[in-house]
Amino acid sequence: MDIKFDLNGQSVSADVEPRTTLADCIRNNFGQTGTHLACEHGVCGACTVLVNGEAVRSCLMLAVQVQGDQVVTVEGLSGDELTPLQAAFRKHHALQCGFCTPGFITTAHALLSHEPGADEERIRDVLSGNLCRCTGYVPIVEAVLEARESYRGSGSK
Amino acid sequence: MKSFNSYIGRPMERVEDLRMVRGRGTYVADVNRPNQLYAVILRSSVAHGIIRSIDSSEALALPGVRRVLTAKDLGSKVPVIPLRLQPLPQLEPFHQPVLADEKVRYVGEPVALVIADSAAIAEDALERIVLDIEPLPAVANRSQAEAKRAVLFEEHGSNVAITWSAFRGNADEAFKTADYVRRETFKVQRHAAMFMEPRGFVAEWDEAAGKLTVWGAAKTAWHNRRTLAAQLGLALEAVDLIEVDVGGGFGSRGEFYPEDYLIPAAARIVGRPVKWTEDRREHIMSANHARDVECDVEFAVSRDGRFIGLRGQIWADIGAYIRTNGSVGPRNVAQFMSGPYCIEHIDLKSSMLTTNKTPCGTYRGPGRYETDFIRERMIDLAAQDLKIDRVELRRRNLVADAQMPYPLASITPYDSSTELDSGDYHAVFDRCLKEFGWDERTRLRGQLIDGYYHGLAIGSFIEGGAAGPKEEARLVLETDGALSVYIGSSSVGQGLETIMAQIAADAMEMSYDKITIRHGSTSYVKDGYGAYHSRSTVMGGSAILLAADKLKDLIRKTAGARLGCKAEQVVIDGEQASFGGEHLAFAGLSGVPLEVEAEFFNKKYTWAYGTQAAHVAVDPGTGHVKVIDFISVEDVGRMINPLTLHGQAIGSIVQGLGGAFLEHLVYDDEGQLLTGSFADYLMPTASDFPNIRSITVELKPCPNNPLGAKGAGEGGLIPVGGVMANAVADALSHLNVQPMELPLSPPRLWQLVEQAETARSAD
Amino acid sequence: MKPPIFEYASPSTVAEAVALLASKDGNAKVISGGQSLMPMLAFRLATPELLVDLKHLKNLDAISIGEDGVRLGAKVRWCDIESDARLAVSHPLLAEAIKHVAHYQIRNRGTVGGSVAHADPSAEMPGIAMTCGARMTIVGSAGARIEAAADFFTGPLQTSLQPDEILTEVHLPPWPAARRWAFLEFARRKGDFAMAGIALHYDLDGAGRIVDAHVGAIGVADRPIRLAAVEAMLNGNRLDDRLIAAASAKARQSVDPPSDIHAPGAYRAALVATLLARGLKKSAV
Repeated sequence: MDIKFDLNGQSVSADVEPRTTLADCIRNNFGQTGTHLACEHGVCGACTVLVNGEAVRSCLMLAVQVQGDQVVTVEGLSGDELTPLQAAFRKHHALQCGFCTPGFITTAHALLSHEPGADEERIRDVLSGNLCRCTGYVPIVEAVLEARESYRGSGSK
Repeated sequence: MKSFNSYIGRPMERVEDLRMVRGRGTYVADVNRPNQLYAVILRSSVAHGIIRSIDSSEALALPGVRRVLTAKDLGSKVPVIPLRLQPLPQLEPFHQPVLADEKVRYVGEPVALVIADSAAIAEDALERIVLDIEPLPAVANRSQAEAKRAVLFEEHGSNVAITWSAFRGNADEAFKTADYVRRETFKVQRHAAMFMEPRGFVAEWDEAAGKLTVWGAAKTAWHNRRTLAAQLGLALEAVDLIEVDVGGGFGSRGEFYPEDYLIPAAARIVGRPVKWTEDRREHIMSANHARDVECDVEFAVSRDGRFIGLRGQIWADIGAYIRTNGSVGPRNVAQFMSGPYCIEHIDLKSSMLTTNKTPCGTYRGPGRYETDFIRERMIDLAAQDLKIDRVELRRRNLVADAQMPYPLASITPYDSSTELDSGDYHAVFDRCLKEFGWDERTRLRGQLIDGYYHGLAIGSFIEGGAAGPKEEARLVLETDGALSVYIGSSSVGQGLETIMAQIAADAMEMSYDKITIRHGSTSYVKDGYGAYHSRSTVMGGSAILLAADKLKDLIRKTAGARLGCKAEQVVIDGEQASFGGEHLAFAGLSGVPLEVEAEFFNKKYTWAYGTQAAHVAVDPGTGHVKVIDFISVEDVGRMINPLTLHGQAIGSIVQGLGGAFLEHLVYDDEGQLLTGSFADYLMPTASDFPNIRSITVELKPCPNNPLGAKGAGEGGLIPVGGVMANAVADALSHLNVQPMELPLSPPRLWQLVEQAETARSAD
Repeated sequence: MKPPIFEYASPSTVAEAVALLASKDGNAKVISGGQSLMPMLAFRLATPELLVDLKHLKNLDAISIGEDGVRLGAKVRWCDIESDARLAVSHPLLAEAIKHVAHYQIRNRGTVGGSVAHADPSAEMPGIAMTCGARMTIVGSAGARIEAAADFFTGPLQTSLQPDEILTEVHLPPWPAARRWAFLEFARRKGDFAMAGIALHYDLDGAGRIVDAHVGAIGVADRPIRLAAVEAMLNGNRLDDRLIAAASAKARQSVDPPSDIHAPGAYRAALVATLLARGLKKSAV
């Protein structure tokens, strides 16, 4: 099927089988490999992307379902400079192997864009949909708490 | 040595993060080669059986399917996976063939390989392969193994593959005269490393050059190259294994698995690059499992609270085959049960039982997690029986500084004698109590507050590291003054590039950002050993120090020739070589790169050590345990990067909590794996364990390496199961609830409470 | 873990969707959020010939609150319920229960209709529908029909929905302002399916006695259930510690949960009793 959508600000199109997940489409058709697959059954959150500004698991969506939508992956969040959220991840050592990291960054970005005042409990609650095997989550939560400041007044809600 | 730099010991932000936080890392699933095909693997759904036939005709008829490979396509003898560690000849019968020939022995065992134009088509083809397996009775646990419900390897005649024996002193004599002996049985459940990035390979065979290139190496690339080259009948130089970013290992990833042979072999057979990306379902049934230990042990203590002896039998359920490092866990349970305590008399047997389950291998703190659960539980039970405060009992028995080096139990049949190298165990123990606020919290013990009973526990541990025999580093001062460091160590996500750059920068007195670390690929150095047994920093870092000395000699020699002086007259300072007021910058020092190699040899393990304390609250109605506070204090000799080390400790502890409360690979009695997804295999999430603290100290540098560092990164996890079980027992002390089995799942704790209440009301 | 081959259609009317479903003789499936269906496709546990996406259907994504209760369109997502402040008054039990559904990303996609049609016996929304006596609006080739929750859930992951039918709305009866209620569940981790849960509400008569008790449980049977014996015990009585203890014991006797890898049945039964006692206490505060 022919699909057309907006990926990281660029209009893209592809011919995909209906069974192609959004995650596979982003990775294979468009070479945006920052979206990672760790479970492919909707538990780990590594494949989280933003669809129309909302965090979703791209392994639990079909590519044909984003026809006409705006999709943003981790690659679409920053240019050459790290965003404050990414810099906070680095500062707090909120990643080790880095495989789950894109999913945490996209999820935290969506959360803070909508709720820049999220408290620690809310952050932990939201991030509990993402699995990390390396960090024990403590530094991830610290990083997200610190990054809140940069989202305040951004008015993206 | 004049030291201008002090990168070592500083919390340097990681080099790796710059790509990883932006989604620019390159993991093996991100590697693609022109014209590549995709492989998927048909795995046995039967735990134990005889392969009658495999009919691939319908699969091959599907458009886009290129090839189906079975054992028959691999030549007259199917290659087997050799052992990397403890390669005893008596274990050869238990080696795994890379594709099941004749028999299948576990659910998930590779039976055939489908190669197709896409992974989806290959999966379509899997469903069309008709696999006829005649089922045999399965062996799914210790009792079935011992009763010989079936025997996995008929020619061996028993499901006991081998028995390890750890011994010290004269246990039988000591137990005869001991004031106090307690005998108990314990169980630690099967769980696994479960790193986040599934395994994968991309293999490419260049027919013209006779060269094989494989992306996706991890942990032990050089060993795996030797194995693969031998299996394929290729020269070592004809095989190149390339390590890209690796999404976690924890002991499991990078060992030689069937796919390490199958994917390269398939690329050679079909003459096109072949890509395989493991999915989570197959990962859970194919990558190494771990733990799965039962034991029946006796602990002898004197009336005044001196530990005297440990004696007993351990059974390690190792699954269907013994793979590369399958003996490490079962051996460690026996050899390291005494931990950081003086226990003079030890007689522990550890039998490895073959069962129709996924083979076991190492997972962070292999054998140590299990054995610390057993030991720390025994200590609390003894304290209760002898009416000695459990803090005091531990303090009385920790190995003292003056007793170092302190030999641990010897082990047969593959000797690996070792001794605790150095440490002030009491100082760390007391620091932990103080940081935790033990005395202030004791009033909460057993208290019921808002529906939760509160309890405390403390436990100490040792963490072995720096396995030999050696590691290699090659340093190249490029003509532009940059330094390239090639190293045999591997990265599994622990920040190797950053740490090695810190070490190299200090050693060369260079700026950190002029240094590039290249690691883990077999073309970089002649030989490498990799990332296991907490060894990368100590072994690779020490090799860099040796190489740096050589490189500085070469720089002096080169500069001396140009400056007209003797090499030893040249002073190296601030990335320049100087003599008598003349300076030559490293950049442009020579028209060709200056290159040196060095190897660091080591026979002695490093022994980091520490103490952990925990405060928990238990809801007797649901069996839920809240971890109110958890602290770990560890001495690692010397910290290279406090930021990454702290991260290792916290992450390791949370993995240990997963093993203590959540994670369990469950099989039924017929050997079917029942926890085949992340919906059923439960790992900690961000909301489970928010209160974890870690403190690292540098009290006693390791005397056996130039860095003074001790391997770290596994330690945090090692005592967690024991500490948690003791804390739960403390919280429920009014019921005398004594957990003897992990995980401490809500249903298990609820059952223990129910049983205790029933027993109490019957009194 | 790649899904099997299927066709895909995204019709723009319910009638078209129903016609597409009818055309495949039981081998078509509805997809909307896909948060339950996609994992089943990934594991190839579901192998439909055709997926009919509700994406372009209008008027199924509203939360309507009126004198006759709360009407949830099939495409209402968990995040929609979460962010609708009116529900704190109009249906606090629903609002509380939905806080426990899955995780952030799934809550942005998962829908009321999907959850109810999937009919997981541990899921919150079917539990609320059952406890509150919801009425389902169902549209098929034969037209529209309305079915009570008690008749809708027929077994494990089974409902009375026919292959050519679409669930379009879940209607919860009106919620009196003074109604007492509680929702409690216990899961291994935040967001996991509950090992057991209870939902309850009741009203008080002029003398402070319980009337019209509704007590539901999830995770303890092949479908969400009502605990009729417990309701009977509560009705007409004042809530006190003795009644709570008796109701809790009755709850334990009234369920016979199956054992599975996560828990023995006896644990789940005891858990229902514990949660009911705690829920009743909470409802009185």
